[in-house]
Amino acid sequence: MSTSILQKDREKFTELQKVIDEYKDKEGPLMPIMHKAQEIFGYLPMEVQEYIANALDIPVSDIYGVATFYSQFTLKPKGKYSIGVCMGTACYVKGAQAILDELCKELNLKPGDTSDDLNFTLEATRCLGACGLAPVIMINDDVYGRLVPSDIKRIIDKYRNK
Amino acid sequence: MEFYRSHVLICGGTGCHSSGSSDIREVFQTELKKNHLENEVLLVQTGCFGLCEVGPVVIVYPEGAFYSRITKEDVPRIVSEHLLKGRIVTDLLYHDSIHEDDAIKSLDEVNFYKKQKRLALRNCGVIDPEKIEEYIAFDGYKALGKVLTEMTPEETIELIKASGLRGRGGAGFPTGLKWDFTAKAKGDKKYVCCNADEGDPGAFMDRSVLEGDPHCVLEAMAIAGYAVGADQGYIYVRAEYPIAVKRLTIAIAQARQMGLLGKNIFGTNFSFDIELRLGAGAFVCGEETALLASIEGKRGEPRPRPSLPAVKGVFGKPTLLNNVETYANIPQIILNGPEWFRSIGTEKSKGTKVFALGRKIVNTGLVEVPMGTTLREIIYEIGGGIPGGKEFKAAQTGGPSGGCIPAEHLDTPIDYDSLSEIGSMMGSGGLIVMDNDNCMVDIARFFLDFTVDESCGKCPPCRIGTKRMLEILDRITKGQGEEGDIEKLETLGKNIKASALCGLGQTAPNPILSTIRYFREEYEAHIRDKKCPAGVCQALLQIVIQADLCRGCGLCVKVCPTVAISGERKSPYVIDQNKCIKCGACLEKCPFKAIVKG
Repeated sequence: MSTSILQKDREKFTELQKVIDEYKDKEGPLMPIMHKAQEIFGYLPMEVQEYIANALDIPVSDIYGVATFYSQFTLKPKGKYSIGVCMGTACYVKGAQAILDELCKELNLKPGDTSDDLNFTLEATRCLGACGLAPVIMINDDVYGRLVPSDIKRIIDKYRNK
Repeated sequence: MEFYRSHVLICGGTGCHSSGSSDIREVFQTELKKNHLENEVLLVQTGCFGLCEVGPVVIVYPEGAFYSRITKEDVPRIVSEHLLKGRIVTDLLYHDSIHEDDAIKSLDEVNFYKKQKRLALRNCGVIDPEKIEEYIAFDGYKALGKVLTEMTPEETIELIKASGLRGRGGAGFPTGLKWDFTAKAKGDKKYVCCNADEGDPGAFMDRSVLEGDPHCVLEAMAIAGYAVGADQGYIYVRAEYPIAVKRLTIAIAQARQMGLLGKNIFGTNFSFDIELRLGAGAFVCGEETALLASIEGKRGEPRPRPSLPAVKGVFGKPTLLNNVETYANIPQIILNGPEWFRSIGTEKSKGTKVFALGRKIVNTGLVEVPMGTTLREIIYEIGGGIPGGKEFKAAQTGGPSGGCIPAEHLDTPIDYDSLSEIGSMMGSGGLIVMDNDNCMVDIARFFLDFTVDESCGKCPPCRIGTKRMLEILDRITKGQGEEGDIEKLETLGKNIKASALCGLGQTAPNPILSTIRYFREEYEAHIRDKKCPAGVCQALLQIVIQADLCRGCGLCVKVCPTVAISGERKSPYVIDQNKCIKCGACLEKCPFKAIVKG
């Protein structure tokens, strides 16, 4: 385990330890701990997985198995703004693919990738449940609906300038 | 208690939230203050009203004025005109909520609500889901009190059995029987779990119940806990539903504080508590054994049955698992009796079902109707029909597990059994309407793409079989289909249904098999004629300019992103098919409708 990361993120690990203390005697503690760990670190690097494995006394392979099974857990860092393009049925038919293509072009990213400046992560997501507003994208907690490709640049610029 | 002369109900469901209802609430707050009305008018944030299409929705009582698509700019007018001066702002009302003489219709006169019967959704859009007092004022926790103080666990189970309630998660297993199995299973510890991992694309009824009436789920789980002998409950909810998670968290804390969860509820020996468990984005976790594995903190992979979860469930203990909407029916069945519930619905499917209407329909949103209502009633009378007067082609129910229902079955009364007879299934309640612009092969491919992506990979029929089916479908939609492909899909589909480990794989072929059953000629057109009759499959499309209609205005040339259109002004233009990417930009631009796809 690389100590440099440990030192740099000492505060985060202290926070993680608190979470582990809270959950470790409960039934099925792993998923809630991993959710919180991802909230704290933004992703689940190997060091964090090893830390949880040691604390719960389970093999790190178990944790890696869970982390890679669920699509919400990520082993790679995410951008400051996470853009989710809804590919649910309603959005798909109302032109979500064109919206996604436009975003790829605008950000020069492929779905699933994060920009080098760690500003944006682009993802195609499952139904966001706002079908009445299709097609829809979400940037962090903000929802943008009834979109056409020409709306994209304006929306992205807003975050670029933040 | 304070008295308010007007109540302003603002929808706080996800649909209206996304279209800005929380901003509207803030503006209402400041405007009410500005006009010194804050002690006369009460603002209430409720759950989903169902009519998401015209959101954000605001209803003002006592008049029952139904304002739709409200913007922040509209709020000062509503406050100064309606709330201050008592003049309803008619031009902001939902179009179908006023009579010709501008008199207001009551909600049950509005077409969208007229044929609905709201049982599971009865409190959604009525109460503030973040206030337990409002739930209690609507008979909340009365059923739990009745069960704990007047009934034995056996009587409770008999009552649920007698009601004929069947699981609303999709498969329709009799709920009372499930409770009975769990009660009779031997074990020192038992669990009651709630499946709130609503993953079908286009389905959001469980979310609306959790957001609009979280306490009814808690109450029902406590009743179930008493009936089967459990003292711990888990709600497994999608992490993608942040509002639902927040309201559930508040509801659990309030119920604990009032002693409605925790030790010695209602002064009896019965103790019961509930915890939330968040999913992490795996569709397969809606399957019961996968869900239980996920609660335990494992990969959400299903396991073979037997043993049933009722015998060996979460942490190896007997576990009762019901869906959100199933639970939402329980308190009323207890209060009103099984006969009342049996009086609604069809012979084998009692009660109501909530559907999420989506896609090519005027009133996108959530509706609850008695079992036995026909598709025609749902789509045309409640849903307002298909926009643009287009013709109905098919309805898709049951999401990736269900099938497509063609026009010839529009008058079939919908229940569990009739739907499976016509090759679809109830599923969780997504109801997607399609018109002639939708390609059935493409729809089948879309759903299969979803299942392939979400297959957990544990059993080969699902992992490998669905992938092979997707490859065949891909080829067909790209114009590389071969004779025999349809038959291959049918054989593969039947085998996967028979051999996959869990519900996900066993139902994955349904979208394909049902579209082949009703729209075989569309598959054949793709394979033999290399044509997509609906004009959806890009590779089979050609966009052409009809020379006799083209006036040579040149507008299409300007919008073409690939410079595929050429010609002389004032004479017909042509599209170079090698360069055309079939984006359709020219099609929309042409003022003479000279450009067509086919």
